[in-house]
Amino acid sequence: MLKTLVSGDTPRSPILLAVLLAILVCLALAPFLFPGVRSVDTAARICIFIVLVASYDLLLGYGGIVSFAHTMFFGLGAYGVALASSRMGPGFDSLLVGSVAGAGLAALLALVIGLFSLRVRAIFFAMITLAVASAVAVLVSQLSSLTGGEDGLSFKIPRALGPAFKFMDGEIFGVKANGKLLKYYLVFISCFVLFLLMLRVVNSPFGRVLQAIRENDFRAEAIGYRVVHYRVAATCLSAAIAALAGALYAIWLRYVGPDTTLSMEIMIDILLMVVIGGMGTMYGAVIGATLFVLAQNYLQNVLSLAGESVSALPFLPDLLNADRWLLWLGVLFILSVYFFPTGIVGRLRGK
Amino acid sequence: MPHPILETTDLTVRFGGHVAVDHITCNFNAGELTAIVGPNGAGKTTYFNLISGQIPVSEGRVKLNGTDITRMSVAQRTHRGIGRAFQLTNLFPNLSVLENIRLVVQSKAGRGFNILSMADSHAELTGPAYEILERIRMTDQADQVVSELSHGDQRKLEVALLIALDPLVYMFDEPTAGMSVDEAPVVLDLIAELKTRKDRAILLVEHKMDVIRTLADRIIVLHNGALAADGDPAEVMASDVVQEAYMGRDLEEALANV
Ligand SMILES: Nc1ncnc2c1ncn2[C@@H]1O[C@H](COP(=O)(O)OP(=O)(O)O)[C@@H](O)[C@H]1O
Ligand SMILES: [Mg+2]
Repeated sequence: MLKTLVSGDTPRSPILLAVLLAILVCLALAPFLFPGVRSVDTAARICIFIVLVASYDLLLGYGGIVSFAHTMFFGLGAYGVALASSRMGPGFDSLLVGSVAGAGLAALLALVIGLFSLRVRAIFFAMITLAVASAVAVLVSQLSSLTGGEDGLSFKIPRALGPAFKFMDGEIFGVKANGKLLKYYLVFISCFVLFLLMLRVVNSPFGRVLQAIRENDFRAEAIGYRVVHYRVAATCLSAAIAALAGALYAIWLRYVGPDTTLSMEIMIDILLMVVIGGMGTMYGAVIGATLFVLAQNYLQNVLSLAGESVSALPFLPDLLNADRWLLWLGVLFILSVYFFPTGIVGRLRGK
Repeated sequence: MPHPILETTDLTVRFGGHVAVDHITCNFNAGELTAIVGPNGAGKTTYFNLISGQIPVSEGRVKLNGTDITRMSVAQRTHRGIGRAFQLTNLFPNLSVLENIRLVVQSKAGRGFNILSMADSHAELTGPAYEILERIRMTDQADQVVSELSHGDQRKLEVALLIALDPLVYMFDEPTAGMSVDEAPVVLDLIAELKTRKDRAILLVEHKMDVIRTLADRIIVLHNGALAADGDPAEVMASDVVQEAYMGRDLEEALANV
């Protein structure tokens, strides 16, 4: 039963199993275990980035396809929800329409880009995605009457997902039982289901074909698989799931803007998370996204604490200044790639 | 009465000015095993590449059961019944031995786009894959990753993939090259077994004369990309054409030196 849930793809390492279970429990009970606004926000981001990174891993780690358009698909979902909610008014129907439209559009766009460029060579696909993603980012910031330009769009979500909505006499186990709590669980459960879905996809007959293509596309074709068709299908699927993650992100933030969804910085973050966690493992996305989002949110605090503790010494306080967090993130990245070239999951599985 | 499954007509490919395959017109019959010989660089592998579609032809046609397949993609030809084992081992190195074969069975069953079921839950795919492993005597290595196999075992798996595909036209490109003396017979027995399938055509590039003598119904000789001789193995090996093509040397001697 449990094995079916994870599609037979067990962690295959006791440490990995323990870490994954710990992350699952922490995320499932985040509002109760870490009831601060900031920590719940971090937990929601972790959930969403796990899905986003896993959908990228589906493409890169399983399909062997390099794309730079993943944030574009992420953004399509986010803008879909934002636009639907501001045009149709707040409501679950707007959220549904926006998400589905965003995901559909993402899949369609992926289909066009894929059919156009994957026939040629995989590297060509990477370049095209880069060009299209940049063009879309420019377009979004130019079309400010529709998209809000650089400022982005704030929008209202259904009341049932807001702090004003109360249920169960307003409290469960000392935690405010309001719409915000419901919203967290909407995000958590959606992400959990999407992740299990992707785990199923990579362990399905289709997923095995993708791995075969990654390993040796020449032979995959020779045993009868139309490589282009599989690559395009994987691209569409990955784009649609990225868009759904974007939709959840927009719902969570009640805001969408170029910086939160479309920026190249996020694209690079996604790449780092996949590599740190371990490509082609799915669970790598969980570890990578968790570590990365935690570092992004708390490295500054850790640094300022460390900085204070060494404030009497020369030079060190400067190096440990909270503003240097990006530098330290870079150092952590280099170390992790150096010591775990197959990612943390690859390492834990003894590869 | 044998009938041609595969026909190549004036099949030609040029690489720049170099004609690697030169107007080869040849039919291959069901129930027949044809040995293809010729010195290194004669164009045997390239001839295979033209038939299975890895290289586009410059001139000429390939027909399978009367249908022109010259312009079809590799995968399309595979589905119509062209199958190929490669001279240089060409596997999925980081997947298990069983998975390599299962992928072939799955392709044949047309299940590649099955996206929501678990691959391992398909007994109808895993079962036949296991049977192939039994035939090639590699059940012990089923779960081993291919890149960890010995060279000889990888060669065996290369052949096993083609056996799993079970095409109408089997093309083996030096299947036993690089195998040890006790590994080669397993593969040769499998090929001999295939000969009992009267609706299949088998093309075998092979240098070892004793193998050709025991297995081949017919032999064709390629020389500088052209068809130099075609016929009964004993006759061809003794013929003047061949002696000439090999510059006076005996074929066996010539082949022994490639
Ligand atoms: N893709 C290619 N591009 C250029 N030349 C090639 C290519 N493939 C094969 N050749 C040339 O064609 C000739 C025949 O090669 P090949 O078919 O591999 O010979 P064989 O298999 O009989 O040893 C050789 O001279 C080889 O260098
Ligand atoms: Mg050759």
